[in-house]
Amino acid sequence: MKGLRHHLLFAYALAVLAFLYIPIIVLVLYSFNESRVNAQWTGWTVKWYLSLLDNKQVLNALENSLSIGVVSTIFSTVMGTSVALALHRYRYRWQGAINSLIYLPILVPEIVMGLSLLILFSQLAFPLGKATIIIAHITFCVSFVVVIVSARLEGMGKELEEAAQDLGASPWQTFRYVTLPLISPGIIAGALLAFTLSIDDFVISFFVAGPNSTTLTLYIYGMVKRGISPEINALSAMLIAIIVVLVVIVQWLQNKDRDEHSPHQMPF
Amino acid sequence: MNKGRWLALPALGWLTAFFLIPLFFVVAISFCQRGTYGEVLYQFTLENYRRFFEPLYLNILSDTVQMSVVTTILTFLLGYPLAYRIVRMNRSWQNVWLLMVMVPFWINFLIRSYAWVVILRSQGLLNTFLIASGLIDQPLNLLYNPAAVQLGMIYTHLPFMVLPVYVSLEQLDRRLLEAAYDLGGTPWQSFRQVTLPLTLPGIAAGSILVFVSSLGMFVVPDIMGGAKSALIGNLIQNQFLSARDWPFGSALSILLTVFSLVLIYLYYRVLESQKGKGGRH
Repeated sequence: MKGLRHHLLFAYALAVLAFLYIPIIVLVLYSFNESRVNAQWTGWTVKWYLSLLDNKQVLNALENSLSIGVVSTIFSTVMGTSVALALHRYRYRWQGAINSLIYLPILVPEIVMGLSLLILFSQLAFPLGKATIIIAHITFCVSFVVVIVSARLEGMGKELEEAAQDLGASPWQTFRYVTLPLISPGIIAGALLAFTLSIDDFVISFFVAGPNSTTLTLYIYGMVKRGISPEINALSAMLIAIIVVLVVIVQWLQNKDRDEHSPHQMPF
Repeated sequence: MNKGRWLALPALGWLTAFFLIPLFFVVAISFCQRGTYGEVLYQFTLENYRRFFEPLYLNILSDTVQMSVVTTILTFLLGYPLAYRIVRMNRSWQNVWLLMVMVPFWINFLIRSYAWVVILRSQGLLNTFLIASGLIDQPLNLLYNPAAVQLGMIYTHLPFMVLPVYVSLEQLDRRLLEAAYDLGGTPWQSFRQVTLPLTLPGIAAGSILVFVSSLGMFVVPDIMGGAKSALIGNLIQNQFLSARDWPFGSALSILLTVFSLVLIYLYYRVLESQKGKGGRH
């Protein structure tokens, strides 16, 4: 009886996992389909991948995504880390209001954040383009960086910093030789998250992108709306492959970290 | 010693400039009037909020809430047993399965929704298969209807439910279950009276994530619902990009924001009171 229940539950879990994966597998398989209509299977090909690599618009969109991602990550990581450090070390007046200001961007619906920035830029007559996307991305990434770095700071406690100060270290030395090495895994995790969020974002970019600042997700949306082309399958399959590799690497690094160091886990 | 205080300023200044002030703009514009050419006239009115109570918009609201409720319930029914089964595996299998759940979570939801388009459209995989097997001779309209949107919402939100539930199941003190068994509880009783109540915070976290995210969703209906399905997200998007009625779009956005924040606030309140009762260790 116990065995049966066990197997039924396993079968159910497997079915749910299949539900998650079947569409993804179908998409990847169809990216190798010869037929342009792609309803029927007419044979294997990699020509959609080749034509994709020749597609100037895709490469341009990819370049936009990457450059926007890098700039947003740098700015949001630096600002997020410094505010997390400051909040960890000092009590401020209006502490509650400051916390709300930092955490609200995570809670407000994405669409509202996107259109509120659209309103701001249009009121200022600021032309939409890469700069406005970067500003928007920094805005929502900062909060996530703060969450992750703060978690690391909480886990660290204040003893080590206090000990360093007692031994005569200047605030800068304390930061450079004690705090920074201890929280660097948190900073790296925050930066990775910021980069992923930026690359992945569609909703907010959708509102603040200009005609010449199409990112990869905006480009995919355009392709999906225009209709079916096997190139979308190829592009999606490539992105899926990259993500699978990245997630596996991050997971592997985390497990390594967990085995060797602390039992504490980052809230990924 | 206090020199470091200014470290908070760049981020706070940034968020004030690009989060708080824009939000105030939305609030302000929601009380303004729309000009003939879609411009914003700075004349006070409550009309935008009143308009929301017209049957047309109330219907969209009820569709949206209904869609989000069904999404939440079904992601729970699909996700909880999956998370429950994962927790019962040994460590290394747990990691493998978790990774499998996480991968779709990281794949852009445009791509995930589009994957269903490949399967469901009239010349898609499913129709081709059904026709080839002789079950039907005309392609079925599987895409561009509310059911397709519902499916897409469940699909894209499932990982949001599995991960928080997994975390709370993983933290569950196994000794409590052993105690329940020792006291003669059947597996079902132990599940109902020990596991389920103790993992309520995880269920609530997953439900809030799924529900709030569903409420504001406009891309899945856009891709899988065609013109027939409009949720609040689509309505807001239309007011800004096609109808050019920014004041009404702003009022809708404010309502959506307030509604979402109230739900999240209630969730935290419930969580706090749970802690008070000693439900968590």
